Amino acid sequence: MANPGPDQATATQRTTGNTARRYQAGVLKYKEMGYWVPDYEPKPTDLLAVFRITPQDGVDPEEAAAAVAGESSTATWTVVWTDRLTACENYRAKAYRVDRVPGASDQYFAWVAYDLSLFEEGSIANLTASIIGNVFSFKPLKAARLEDMRFPVAYVKTFKGPPTGIVVERERLDKYGRPLLGATIKPKLGLSGKNYGRVVYEALLGGLDFTKDDENINSQPFMHWRDRFLFCMEAVNKAQAASGEIKGHYLNITAGTMEEMYRRAEFAKELGSCIVMVDLIVGWTAIQSISNWSRENDMILHMHRAGHGTYTRQKNHGVSFRVIAKWLRLAGVDHLHAGTAVGKLEGDPLTVQGYYNVCRDAVTREDLPRGLFVEQDWAGLRKVMPVASGGIHAGQMHQLLDLFGDDVVLQFGGGTIGHPMGIQAGATANRVALEAMVLARNEGRDIAREGPDILVAAAKDCRPLEAALATWKNVTFNYASTDTSDFVPSVSVA
Amino acid sequence: MRITQGTFSFLPDLTDEQVAKQVGYALSQGWAVSLEHTDDPHPRNVYWEMWGLPMFDLKDAAGLMTELRECRKVFGDRYIKVNAFDSTLGFETMRMSFIVNRPAKEPSFTLRRADGPGRNVRYELETRRG
Repeated sequence: MANPGPDQATATQRTTGNTARRYQAGVLKYKEMGYWVPDYEPKPTDLLAVFRITPQDGVDPEEAAAAVAGESSTATWTVVWTDRLTACENYRAKAYRVDRVPGASDQYFAWVAYDLSLFEEGSIANLTASIIGNVFSFKPLKAARLEDMRFPVAYVKTFKGPPTGIVVERERLDKYGRPLLGATIKPKLGLSGKNYGRVVYEALLGGLDFTKDDENINSQPFMHWRDRFLFCMEAVNKAQAASGEIKGHYLNITAGTMEEMYRRAEFAKELGSCIVMVDLIVGWTAIQSISNWSRENDMILHMHRAGHGTYTRQKNHGVSFRVIAKWLRLAGVDHLHAGTAVGKLEGDPLTVQGYYNVCRDAVTREDLPRGLFVEQDWAGLRKVMPVASGGIHAGQMHQLLDLFGDDVVLQFGGGTIGHPMGIQAGATANRVALEAMVLARNEGRDIAREGPDILVAAAKDCRPLEAALATWKNVTFNYASTDTSDFVPSVSVA
Repeated sequence: MRITQGTFSFLPDLTDEQVAKQVGYALSQGWAVSLEHTDDPHPRNVYWEMWGLPMFDLKDAAGLMTELRECRKVFGDRYIKVNAFDSTLGFETMRMSFIVNRPAKEPSFTLRRADGPGRNVRYELETRRG
């Protein structure tokens, strides 16, 4: 036989004495079982994962990294002879690099490579069962966090991605050149369907593009889902007639079963809604199913990241939101809440920009200050429209536009509905502030610096904006972020 | 009624000087500008009439402004908008679109409702010419 290939090399190794010792019954260190391969060069077809690990006192970081690789691929706690029935080197994940986390004496970044054949095509459920299946409970680690992942193009192409994407969404809505505007209906709970629709109508009429159900609006005693859908669509249609613009309300179709979710989605379609929403807590399989449905029914799919803070916020343990955003782009959502940086919810500005890059780039470049450890080629997968929502108001328009650019939905819930002159005025204030800021930026003005002056000038022609600026001028949420990138430039070239 | 389609409809109508600056911005981004006009601003009326082709090789906003003046001479009683088209891979779509001319009396829309089963209402929007 010519060309001894990798399979033969493996077969050769199996006959050596070392191999025999490797498979003697008993317990070996993970490092010695083939999960630590410091000279390994990842193949372009490998999946890569960067974990932040905190080994227990006395556990060697390389052994801890090997354990992560082992427990997220083939290993169990003891040697099993049945490995020898497989081309086991192929299935072992390989930890190939460990870097101390700058500024943290007990934490390390562990780089792990996985062969493509470990994963089922087109299944985030399978991916997550492997990568975060049990390793996060592993006793030799005090804590572990999945910081970033790189997916080979071959794997990316097994997913259909966002059903609509930024480009097609804009073409359907006929809205270009500026961020879209939205608002979440408040109070979150208690409004009847009719009163709820009133808020939708006023906000859309005042100038917003979208209004939104909140994450916990489903079908409660005070407002059943059909009632909400019917009144909201009356409001949407009436506002379209009064403005000549396409409008939408994200109808939350999250429900207790997939069957019920499809029922609600079908009703939203029947009523002519252009968009539906689900909460992240429905789970990966449900997300991929409703994404397929949305693709078949020309529906924009809005994803509310409800619950993510339980595992994304603390940087020593959990999964970084940049990884969740990558999984969601593969799974296929069109809108994704990705943080505001300046609002009421957690988010360091650079880290948040990293999430936006993941949503919108054709190729996401390595960018350590933004928490991006690896380059990701999205292979033409459609782009996700990020959503900035939570504690933002018109007076921050210059910061928001400067941080996030045009392809974003800016959602002002309280900042619309809490306006002293009413909901319509609140919406108008936001729209005027936005258009004035885009106009000024395009004229070459430095909006980060001149923003407040630009707003004051625009308010001269717009009484609602003047009132908004007066009401919220001192509202900021300046707390230290818990999730920042621990970056030192040298890590990238180490 | 004031139709609020386009990037800047909530601001006072742009002066020609302001329009030229926006066109200058579009050109600086490498986008191709064009003009379109219509007498029916129905939100589902996607294809307005083209005033010539997109000006792919235009370097100076003055070129677009000359065309806008010509277009207004013929269609001054219609809506005219400036579009900016980006041919970059992954976009290949419009990046800006804003109204630069409106009819003296703008049309409005009639909303028709037809009751269906289960309280379901079928909505239809029709342009009511000014």
